Amino acid sequence: MRYLLVEDNRELAEAVIARLLLDGHAADHAATLAEARDWLSVADYDLMLLDVMLPDGDGRQFLTEHRATRDLPVIVLTARSQISDRVDTLDLGADDYLTKPFDFAELEARCRAVLRRRSGPSRNEIRLGEALFDPGAGTIDYGNTTLGLRNRELRLLEVFARHKGQILSKSQLIDRLFSQDAEISENAIEVYVGRLRRKLEPAGVRIETVRGIGYRLTTE
Amino acid sequence: MTDAAASRPVAQKVRRPAAGQAAAGRAASPWGFSRSIGRRLTILLAGIAAVLALVSWAMVTSFARAAAERTQDGVLAASALSIAGALGSEQGNIRLELPYSAFAMLDAIGQDRVFYRVATADDTLTGYEDLEVPRLPRTAGEVVTDTIAYRGTTVRVATVTRSVLSGQVPVRIMVSVAQTRSGVDEIAAGLSRSAAALSVGFFLLATGLGWAAARNSLRPLNEIAQAVGRRGPSDLRPVQRDAPGELAPLLAALNRLMERLGASIRRSEDFITEAAHRVRTPLATVRAQAEVALHSAESEEVKATLRRMIRAVDESSRSAGQLLDHATVGFRAETLRAEDLDLAAVIRRVTDGLAPTAEMKDIAFSVSLVPAPMRGDAILLENAVRNVLDNAVKYSPAETVVTVTLERAGSAWRITIRDEGRGFGDAAVPQLVERFRRGANVEKVVGSGLGLTIADEALRAHGGTLTLSPGDNGVGACVTLTLPAA
Amino acid sequence: MCHAHPARRLIAALLLAVLPGVALAQVLEDRRVWPGTGERTIRVISTADIDVFAPFVERIAAERPDLGIDYAVASSAELHRAIAEGASYDLAISSAMDLQFQLANDGLARAHRSDATAGLPGWARWRDLLFAFTAEPAVAVISRARFAGRDRPRNRQDLIALMRTDREAFARAVGTYDVRDSGLGYLFATQEARNSDTYWRLSELMGGLDVQLYCCSAQMIDDVASGRLALAYNVLGSYAMARIARDDRLEILALQDYATVMLRTAFIPASAEDPEGAGAVLDAILRIGMRDDADALPLPPLGAVQGPEATAFGPIRLGPGLLVHLDRLNREAFLAEWSDAMLQ
Repeated sequence: MRYLLVEDNRELAEAVIARLLLDGHAADHAATLAEARDWLSVADYDLMLLDVMLPDGDGRQFLTEHRATRDLPVIVLTARSQISDRVDTLDLGADDYLTKPFDFAELEARCRAVLRRRSGPSRNEIRLGEALFDPGAGTIDYGNTTLGLRNRELRLLEVFARHKGQILSKSQLIDRLFSQDAEISENAIEVYVGRLRRKLEPAGVRIETVRGIGYRLTTE
Repeated sequence: MTDAAASRPVAQKVRRPAAGQAAAGRAASPWGFSRSIGRRLTILLAGIAAVLALVSWAMVTSFARAAAERTQDGVLAASALSIAGALGSEQGNIRLELPYSAFAMLDAIGQDRVFYRVATADDTLTGYEDLEVPRLPRTAGEVVTDTIAYRGTTVRVATVTRSVLSGQVPVRIMVSVAQTRSGVDEIAAGLSRSAAALSVGFFLLATGLGWAAARNSLRPLNEIAQAVGRRGPSDLRPVQRDAPGELAPLLAALNRLMERLGASIRRSEDFITEAAHRVRTPLATVRAQAEVALHSAESEEVKATLRRMIRAVDESSRSAGQLLDHATVGFRAETLRAEDLDLAAVIRRVTDGLAPTAEMKDIAFSVSLVPAPMRGDAILLENAVRNVLDNAVKYSPAETVVTVTLERAGSAWRITIRDEGRGFGDAAVPQLVERFRRGANVEKVVGSGLGLTIADEALRAHGGTLTLSPGDNGVGACVTLTLPAA
Repeated sequence: MCHAHPARRLIAALLLAVLPGVALAQVLEDRRVWPGTGERTIRVISTADIDVFAPFVERIAAERPDLGIDYAVASSAELHRAIAEGASYDLAISSAMDLQFQLANDGLARAHRSDATAGLPGWARWRDLLFAFTAEPAVAVISRARFAGRDRPRNRQDLIALMRTDREAFARAVGTYDVRDSGLGYLFATQEARNSDTYWRLSELMGGLDVQLYCCSAQMIDDVASGRLALAYNVLGSYAMARIARDDRLEILALQDYATVMLRTAFIPASAEDPEGAGAVLDAILRIGMRDDADALPLPPLGAVQGPEATAFGPIRLGPGLLVHLDRLNREAFLAEWSDAMLQ
């Protein structure tokens, strides 16, 4: 995934970029609308994160212009009052919005949700061995069976699926799945992984425990 | 209130500053300032018409009376002259045979009593001896007429003199013919009645025309009022219309006021936005960097510290957000901009917006809505619902259900939001809202209390209520929002 | 009527002495009281004989049984004098239009307004003061016996020609009012003289025939009936017709050139003590005057005078013209001329 972050606060931008890179995404940073236009003209992005208050203009106006020419999904980052902005930004064509300060896990979840919505139910299916995982529908098909997943199980599987073969530590999973304001112990992750593992076993998808490090998704 | 506010949003905003002037105007004008200009103009024109009608009636009446009096004077003079003409001298004696026509002609004016006297300076020759006239003509042939009191009534008397030879001496003989005035009065009264009828007709016609004129000249004003009235709640563009010269200052003042009002609203909103920005952007930076640090931290101790830090940032950003929300709600509630909306759509927007957050905790929304048209400020209502729902999500444990129901309850819409959280606990639940309003211990109620206060204020602005109660079977909390249906 | 019998005068004097409430002495010729069911009595002074007025009383009683009628008969001159002096009568009824008019003109009548007065034709009332309720022509009455075998004159020219050609037959056999005594006679004479010069030619002719002069219609009619007179000129038509109905020796000469029509008038004197009651009686009398059945009562209604003889001049006009002949100088002049003509 390639992200474009349009944000004039440099510290915040650096933190967000660092986090996106940590998660294995590519990300570019534009501090002004002019820079953003430049980036957009030279590179293709999967998603844009747009702050609405920028030194050289109103992000909302930029959003309107952008919507007129491109189909790139946009999540608006807003520090404005929660009241009037939400409606406005969605009306102007934003796919979602997030109020500052935001939780990375929530940001990621919303990004995934937007991409899922945008790509449609069938186009984004992920093949896991014999099984076919549809993140949009939240289902796994194998043989003649369709398996339904609960929300957290779905997101957990999505994280594993997008990092197939990689070892993911418990704290990495916690960061991605839970907001930081919730007190989540590593035991909780074990519970969720255990649940998901049992559901996926008949489909021939396995979640291996790499002792002392974390988990890894493998297929037969 | 919502209807009046909806049809005249601008007037609604103007009302407060204008109230003082209106009161001053009312005190100064005996007509009452609130009376419509059209009615005042019509009454004024009717008053003028009434005065003119009255004056014309009085003049016609006086002319009619004068004419009738002149006619009577003429007849009396003719009668007196005809009697005087019949005077003669016969063998040295004064001889008189009253001509029948002299009296018969007096019948012409009306059925009036008739008196007459023919006399020399010393002696009454014939007629009513007590009929005395105040003055005599100076020359023969001259007729003097006077109005005198005679036998308990008012009579008009014409007198002529003629000299007749009595013996060899010319004797001056005075002939007076008098008549009561009821005929004149009747003629004058008849004409006066006709004039009165005419004047009333004139008055009615003039009043009708005055009304039409007032209506016509006020039409531009009404058109401007309608043009402003038809506008949307937040349309503060200047009124661009061709208006008569007299209305140009009003229009200009209205436009200046709208401009100032718009600027003031923009300033307030900008301030709130700016405040939010100033508070939240640094918080976001701190939080983001803390999270990055958390990610790369090795020690559990450091991680725990960073998590606490993140939670503190969240808590304060939430509080700041709610305080700003509170300010915005207060501002909007005062200048409520009501429009037609569907409450179900409002709720749907809120649940859609909060769904990803809820999903993070595997909290499911069970939403049951019916179309619910009403008038109100969608943003305020959305904020109310969101604050309550936000609380429910925040205080619900993972993998629970939050139920949102919208239904009709009599003449009201009822929104019920139930969660399976820990409820309001032992805290004095109903006082949560009150406590904040009274400005007591803000710190302790930030969280659910302030959110509920915001919701409560938004609802009150719409004439609605907020009710808190324990959930079914003592589990969770139940918040009920009631709003009057349109 | 004028030459009241000594006995009548005595009765009147006795009545005056006995009855209270009559402030001033009047020479009454007759008097009768019809008591009502109530205590109020309306005092009426009139020139019409009691038997002429009696049928009116019956009809008034039908309308207002509570009101009694105290009816006094006087000559028109006496009536005029009584009212002018302020005698307390509630209603004054007279055939002498000029005298009645003068009283009303001089402010001695009280205004009265009602549905009945509003219903009167304009010529039958003067202001709200004086109201007419009969229209009675002056007629010529002849003796059938003395006119036996003669053609009846159709107009006054015929009559003049007849009297000229047969002076013997009419000498001392023509009667008319002595206008010096009779108010009604004076009214008839002055009005006729004003309207037609025939009057003076007729008067001179009658003067030449040694005319007999009378105070009253009744006596003239008596003398025509007895054959003492061949012709009585300017007799009150209402009386004549009442007599002819029961006396076939008499006949009314139908003179078609013109007729002098007198209106019998009534008013409420200013001195009336019961104006309300008087108004009620007056209204009743006026309604009788406006009746359609001409023959039921001795006095004809207002609408009775029709035909060519009435339309020539119409009824004597109620108006200030009536004052002319009451003027002292005019009266003297008229009587002088009349005397010259009649008393040759």
